[in-house]
Amino acid sequence: MSAITVEREASMATPRTEPAGIPMTRLTSIELRKMFDTRSGFWLMASIGIAAVLATGAVILFAADSDITFNSFAAAIGVPMTIILPMIAILSVTGEWSQRSGLTTFTLVPHRGRVIGAKAISAVGVGVVSMVIAFTIGAVGNLLGAAVTGNDLVWDLSLANLFYIAVANVLGMLMGFMLGVLIRNSPGAIVGYFVYSFLVPTLSGLLAASQDWYHDVQGWFDFQFSSSQLFDGALTGQEWAHLGVSGLIWLIIPLTVGLVLVMRAEVK
Amino acid sequence: MITIESLTKRYGRFTAVDDVTFTASPGRVTGFLGPNGAGKSTTMRVMVGLTTPTSGEVRVSGRHYSDLPNPGLEVGVLLDASAQHAGRTGREILTIAQRTMGLPRRRVDEMLDRVSLSENEAGRRVRNYSLGMRQRLGIATALIGEPEVLILDEPANGLDPAGIRWMRDLLRSYADQGGTVLLSSHLLHEIEVIADDLVLIGNGRIVAQGTKAELLHAAGTVVRSASGKLLAQALEAGGISVTLSPDGSVRTTADPARVGQVALGAGIALTELKSADGAGLEEMFLELTAETQREGAAA
Ligand SMILES: Nc1ncnc2c1ncn2[C@@H]1O[C@H](COP(=O)(O)OP(=O)(O)OP(=O)(O)O)[C@@H](O)[C@H]1O
Ligand SMILES: [Mg+2]
Repeated sequence: MSAITVEREASMATPRTEPAGIPMTRLTSIELRKMFDTRSGFWLMASIGIAAVLATGAVILFAADSDITFNSFAAAIGVPMTIILPMIAILSVTGEWSQRSGLTTFTLVPHRGRVIGAKAISAVGVGVVSMVIAFTIGAVGNLLGAAVTGNDLVWDLSLANLFYIAVANVLGMLMGFMLGVLIRNSPGAIVGYFVYSFLVPTLSGLLAASQDWYHDVQGWFDFQFSSSQLFDGALTGQEWAHLGVSGLIWLIIPLTVGLVLVMRAEVK
Repeated sequence: MITIESLTKRYGRFTAVDDVTFTASPGRVTGFLGPNGAGKSTTMRVMVGLTTPTSGEVRVSGRHYSDLPNPGLEVGVLLDASAQHAGRTGREILTIAQRTMGLPRRRVDEMLDRVSLSENEAGRRVRNYSLGMRQRLGIATALIGEPEVLILDEPANGLDPAGIRWMRDLLRSYADQGGTVLLSSHLLHEIEVIADDLVLIGNGRIVAQGTKAELLHAAGTVVRSASGKLLAQALEAGGISVTLSPDGSVRTTADPARVGQVALGAGIALTELKSADGAGLEEMFLELTAETQREGAAA
């Protein structure tokens, strides 16, 4: 204790040198750490692996022998991923407000844009790593499945396919991130995500089925629809354009609005 | 050093902080006092950039808070000890602060030791912390960067008597070593013991400010003898105007030395003679904030 006092005495007496700033790498590593350091955060992360293993087991046990292909495993694992990854992204942002830890976070780093940026980088990082883990578990499942059933091994997804699937999942995750930034409240953003990713596409689908004019332009306005094309492999030029325009409407614009609000909002 | 200049914060048509100007100087403890809702926390939030002011500005060590490259190393802040992720352990919260500031890891243990949180307590989740434990953790977070400036909103809140004593000594030695300490509190006695300068705020406006000595000097003297009535008469006769309280004590704005002199001249044995500090701050607080008190005319 006395050692600390002496140290401070010295540092206060002499003019201090200007401290170095806080590098983005440090902020990112801290935001990453904050995704794991609570029980709920930890289990949410662990649930990625757990869900992938369960989905793989289910395919081996219940799928018809002819369906034991890599594609089946990837599809089965993909379902829980589209829910868990966005939840991770949502909670990484909303926790600062719902749990009020932002009071300390934004005091230690009085640049909210940098904190949100660090969160975005960590979320995407977690998304990419999760997809690699998920595909690996799926591949192991495929090997096991073939061994158990005695079928030929079927690798019916190319690396390019895997890449597009990963992109689609990361886009879904960013959707959650955007809702977190925009709504800044955990339950609100989670409800928002389900509305956004299940209700809106359903309504859009119904409209497309009944209205010809909408059917022709659905790709431009329905982000879920245009990003789901990624699951079917390479996109055409027009499909990329669909993805870009609908992404602008449903992702980039609301994210921008959310960021502006975050910069202005009072933290208390 | 903290300089607040013409700070105003409006919420819609309601003015929470109204043209507040004051300075918290190095080497001094500045007490920030005011009734509930006076605007203390709002002012402090503006200081650290959590709330944007409607007009006016705040400088910490001569700069805007957001221009500080690594604020935790220059300003220690405790605004609300309960504002922590309930699922993190105390140690983890301190570790996040340590890493954000880029400090050596051993500082976490040093700080836990300094605020008397045991190993076992540090490993508990903050959801299970008592109010005082949260407060200690918050203080540790504010101190870990060894800053020159401390901004603390009701830091004694929830601390036990030993904790309050510890806190007082800590802030005193901080200021004595040249640090700037700004703290708000409702515990008038606490502020009175520790603060060098006082800023009183009511309804968002500053109602009084100055050194404690100046402000309390105005509060005068309390004096007692076996008969309050005789004493009062003697003092009046000596040219000191007094008021006789129902409890038998006599109050006056004259300073204690003069009162003692007059009493001696009148041959009255005093049983008590002190400057009105003890009751003074409370009296002054209630008086100056009378219009702004929720309880109406408290005086
Ligand atoms: N976002 C807001 N919208 C409207 N009014 C607000 C807002 N934030 C604070 N206020 C009001 O501003 C006033 C000042 O509040 P503040 O928290 O600064 O008071 P305080 O002096 O810290 O009080 P206490 O001693 O009770 O902590 C209060 O009347 C409060 O209701
Ligand atoms: Mg307050």
